Amino acid sequence: MPESAARLRRKNPILRTRQPTLPPASRSRVALGLTAAAARGRFALQVCLDCGTVQYPPREICRECLSHRLVWRPQDGRGELVTETILRNAQELFFRERLPWRIGVVRLDAGVNVIAYVHASVGRAPGRVRVEAALDRAGQAALVAVPEKGRPDLADDPKLRELTCDPRGRKILVTDGKTSVGQAIVRALLAADADLVWIGEAEPWKKITGLDVLRDLPRATIVPLDVTDGRSVQELAGEIGGKVDVLINTADHHRTFSIASRRGVETAQQEMDVNYFGLLRLAQAFAPVLKARAADEPANAIAWVNLLSIFALANYPPHGTYSASKAAAFSLSQALRAELRPAGVRVINLFPGPIDDEWDQLEMPPKLSPAALATAVVKAMKGSVEDVYPGDVAQDWVARHLDNPKALEREAGEGAR
Amino acid sequence: MKGAKKARPKKSEPKKNRASESRAKPQPNDLHALLRSALTSGRVQIVDLTQTLSPDFPPIVLPPDMGQSRPFRMEEISRYDDRGPAWYWNNVSFGEHTGTHFDAPIHWISGRALPNNSTDTLPVDHFIAPACVIDCSAQARDDADFLLTVALVKAWEKRHGRIPAQAWVLMRTDWSKRTDLVAYQNLDETGQHTPGPDPDCVRFLVKERDVLGFGTETIGTDAGQAAHLSPPYPCHYYMHGAGKYGLQCLCNLDRLPPTGALIVAAPLKILQGSGSPLRVFAIVPARRSPAWIRTAGDGERSGRARSPRRQVHHRATQRGHGRKHDERGL
Repeated sequence: MPESAARLRRKNPILRTRQPTLPPASRSRVALGLTAAAARGRFALQVCLDCGTVQYPPREICRECLSHRLVWRPQDGRGELVTETILRNAQELFFRERLPWRIGVVRLDAGVNVIAYVHASVGRAPGRVRVEAALDRAGQAALVAVPEKGRPDLADDPKLRELTCDPRGRKILVTDGKTSVGQAIVRALLAADADLVWIGEAEPWKKITGLDVLRDLPRATIVPLDVTDGRSVQELAGEIGGKVDVLINTADHHRTFSIASRRGVETAQQEMDVNYFGLLRLAQAFAPVLKARAADEPANAIAWVNLLSIFALANYPPHGTYSASKAAAFSLSQALRAELRPAGVRVINLFPGPIDDEWDQLEMPPKLSPAALATAVVKAMKGSVEDVYPGDVAQDWVARHLDNPKALEREAGEGAR
Repeated sequence: MKGAKKARPKKSEPKKNRASESRAKPQPNDLHALLRSALTSGRVQIVDLTQTLSPDFPPIVLPPDMGQSRPFRMEEISRYDDRGPAWYWNNVSFGEHTGTHFDAPIHWISGRALPNNSTDTLPVDHFIAPACVIDCSAQARDDADFLLTVALVKAWEKRHGRIPAQAWVLMRTDWSKRTDLVAYQNLDETGQHTPGPDPDCVRFLVKERDVLGFGTETIGTDAGQAAHLSPPYPCHYYMHGAGKYGLQCLCNLDRLPPTGALIVAAPLKILQGSGSPLRVFAIVPARRSPAWIRTAGDGERSGRARSPRRQVHHRATQRGHGRKHDERGL
């Protein structure tokens, strides 16, 4: 970035740091179905099992036949933008602070009308569009009309950029740069035009190939960080916490033991210390300042990304203690999400299946390459999601989990993946 | 301690009653008074040989699939806050072999069947013992994989006298001065590169000299590449196999005389413990001529006493005067 541009992006220290405001967040329980799908990047609507009518807004009984047998089904979102307007007045603080808004009515081919934000790349109404579900700053589903063909970045529309956590121009902390996944993520973030990436390095005396290459990259800085050491975490938070826009927790301790294949709890404790307590230490040190900077200018704190494991959903007994530590981290990430949501800071969880690295050596393919996982991280940030299940194994597991968790437990227990 | 008995009457002369009582039955207080006076007059010094237990201090590195020794960690319980308004304290955790630490014979498979081989059972009279300090700092500076040999030990004995039985042998390498932790660990793709004793040297110290144990400034009493010696880790194998001890991650060995220092090293009394971090310190006789000359007060001279020439001279004469010093002081 040229010097003048860099100077322009600096905070004016005599101005008050703005406090975050959120779009209205309350939803009925049934309306949260829209949010649940959006959290995975899907647009779903209720469909009546008896007469097939598609429903919107979400409701308890079918608008056509009064049946209560309504189920959520993914939609392709195609339809006609029939009319649009520019909203120039709003009572809600969130909308008021960001006026004007381009909104429109879309008649979906599925037969319902929805009100949606209209992406800047959509021509004037009327015209064909596709409706996507995104998550707004309050973490609730918001509908966006985009051109029917092509996939524009939400971030290309300055107003809709806030629906994303696009790494472009952000300052990002990657907590562990010594894993192959951590290094791939650093590269992907820099390729996605992150402003600056801090790379955590624990145990500097253990030299890992690849870290020195990152050390020499422009816009990358190695910082000492050991998530098992509370002081190390606090010191780094003190040093750079006030600048971190996005924290990506790549610290991971993975040993491949079942209950019976390793005597004692030492290894399991290390897994918990990194995967669970590490997240807790990071959350206690960094989350408060992320919240305080959620509306900072010119750049604001916007997201927290956790690399969990698909084995957090159901224990994979050959990696039994690891699965348990990731389940603990998953549970804690839900608490973190609840604590960061009022500030509008999004917590994104990724649940990869086996990764093509040392500790999954004996797992059969398909395995997710570190680069593919890094791509998934950046895609999740550029999109508008909370939960990502990257790769075939993860997709398969989450489908089985949602269908029948008990069956998945049994299948995993028989060593089947 | 014999010296203490002899010296006491002189010191307590003005108080005749107490002096005669003491002669009959020494009181612990008198021992303290003696040490106090020796310390304040400069006849002896206490030298701390301990590294600070800190989360940054590196533990031993083993392949990641093996069981790992936990590094030192501390978590605050409270700090004058809502968790405990008037007090500050921490929970700490660490492996038995963390920071400056003691190795008991049970640590190694060769010492597993010996009696009194763990930290809770080892004899308490081993907690205080004399030290022979072999200066290998020049060799270690030139060669990180330097191995101490029998020949070098014998050359040391020629200058400083025979290593007495039940003495610590401390290998000074100045490794503890490497404050850069990467340089302190000194790892590359072939493992750690740090100095230590060779197998013959360890056998000699155990069999011919009956030492109490072996101490180093590095992580481990063995050299960094000792896995490739025969037997692997000879210092652990032979020392612990013979009921001897280890001290590692020591510092300030450059402040000890070749002979004459007493080492106080008492590991935590851990049930069936294989070792423990501990505070190690040395009680060191003054390097210069007797203390009463210095108490006459000459700062200049005290400073000069640290010059290498004076040290050499003093070391050469120390053994001869050592006994006398002991009798006057401790």
